[in-house]
Amino acid sequence: MSALGLARLLLRRDLALAWRQRGQVLLAIAFFVLTASLFPFAIGPDPNLLARLAPGILWVAALFAMVLSMERTFQADFEDGSLEQMVLAGLPLPILSLTKALVHWLSSGLLVTLASPVVALTFSLPPQLYLTLLASLALGSLSLSLLGTIAAALTLGARRGALLVPLIILPLSVPVLILGVMAVQAEALALSATPHLLLMGAFFLLLLPVASFATPAALRQALD
Amino acid sequence: MHFLANPGRFVRIADRVLPWVSALAVVLVAVGLYAGLVIVPADYQQGDTVRIMYVHVPAAWMAMFVYASLAAAAASGLIWRHPLGFVIAQSAAPIGAAFTFLALVTGSLWGKPMWGTWWVWDGRLTSVLILFFLYLGLMALVEAFDDPKRGQKAAAVLALVGVVILPIIKFSVDWWATLHQPASIMRLDGQTTIHASQLWPVLVMALGFTAYYIAVLLVRVKQQVLASRLRSLQLAAADA
Amino acid sequence: MQSFDAFLAMGGYAAYVWPAILLTLAVLLWLAWSSVARLRRTQKSLKALEALGVERRPRRRKREG
Repeated sequence: MSALGLARLLLRRDLALAWRQRGQVLLAIAFFVLTASLFPFAIGPDPNLLARLAPGILWVAALFAMVLSMERTFQADFEDGSLEQMVLAGLPLPILSLTKALVHWLSSGLLVTLASPVVALTFSLPPQLYLTLLASLALGSLSLSLLGTIAAALTLGARRGALLVPLIILPLSVPVLILGVMAVQAEALALSATPHLLLMGAFFLLLLPVASFATPAALRQALD
Repeated sequence: MHFLANPGRFVRIADRVLPWVSALAVVLVAVGLYAGLVIVPADYQQGDTVRIMYVHVPAAWMAMFVYASLAAAAASGLIWRHPLGFVIAQSAAPIGAAFTFLALVTGSLWGKPMWGTWWVWDGRLTSVLILFFLYLGLMALVEAFDDPKRGQKAAAVLALVGVVILPIIKFSVDWWATLHQPASIMRLDGQTTIHASQLWPVLVMALGFTAYYIAVLLVRVKQQVLASRLRSLQLAAADA
Repeated sequence: MQSFDAFLAMGGYAAYVWPAILLTLAVLLWLAWSSVARLRRTQKSLKALEALGVERRPRRRKREG
């Protein structure tokens, strides 16, 4: 079977797994909503303040929710030997890594993005900003999923891995966070969000080759 | 580089070089501090607080320089399979973290009398803060595995990923800072009033810190090489 | 030339300048010292094992990485 054929198999199988465990997936979304909901308790319910801080709060909550689900990206397959099987069957590690990133995005980043307008509503974010919010979260979460695969592969088999993945990912996601929030804020100031979104796209394109080298290198270390 | 590839030979060279580099470090730092604290007059606007610059700026430079050299060592280990690449990278990380920590704290001590607050989210300090977290991540990753070699290799990959993303972090943080800071804020290296004649001790300190870095790095790499030798001896003893 | 008291006072900023300088020296000295101490511990253990006449295992040609 060709590499892409194997990748398609992996994609279908992982999505089926995610569907079967949709409780877990929904938990991550619930965590996103919950984290965001803590802020009104912390900073007060004033709608103007909430609307002003909404882009930042939503972005941080989305970041946390996505990081939660990253650690397990390769875990199950590594433990039951399927990872090795896939490699032996001829699935190149770069394609495997990108497929895993896609699965993570579909089951985490995309869903958080789709849930964001509902949360934005409770923060009195003006509706005309919703589109930019969606675009910024969608683009940003793509990069986050890539970073997540790198971190997940690096920490595979680590014994004290609990806070390791967030410690690795969060500093590296600062550019995404900054650009994502600034995009919505720019739109709010009637300036264009396009430069920010373009830069986020560029960052994602830069991460593609980085992740395609780094994740396989890390996986090889785990499999040796 | 391949000249230094043999661990045994590396240790022998390190032993010969170490006394000189250490002495150089002590002399340069002493001269730099004396110049910065005694010889150079107080700044017209900032007064004596400007003397903090003589440790803050070199520390910040070292924080970045150590990371760059760490990434180079990681690359040599991963791409060219230099046997000491991973060890050098691992040994450099705590030194870089120490310089980063010093840059942050001395920056804070400089900022308080200058701007009235202990911390300012300006571009430079914020970037250094993120760099500090990158160092912590590297060190944590090394320690997270039972097999030390696996930890070293993982940290090497992370170091390279970090070095690619670091300029982007710097760029985005600088952009973010300028958008949120009033334009009148002076940058911490006091570029507006400090005269060139006051700057030479900074260079001397930077050279002294570099010599220090090399010295401590040699000690730590030698320790790693010997520790690895020790482990294989312990394994052989267990077999016997 | 300033008097020694004036030197210590650092124009009124002593509370900021001296901690900065001293902390720098303290951290750098501590790092150097602890690195050397760790090296000495390893050297001691190594000498102890070598004195027992333990020989290195023959190095298998394992490919790195």
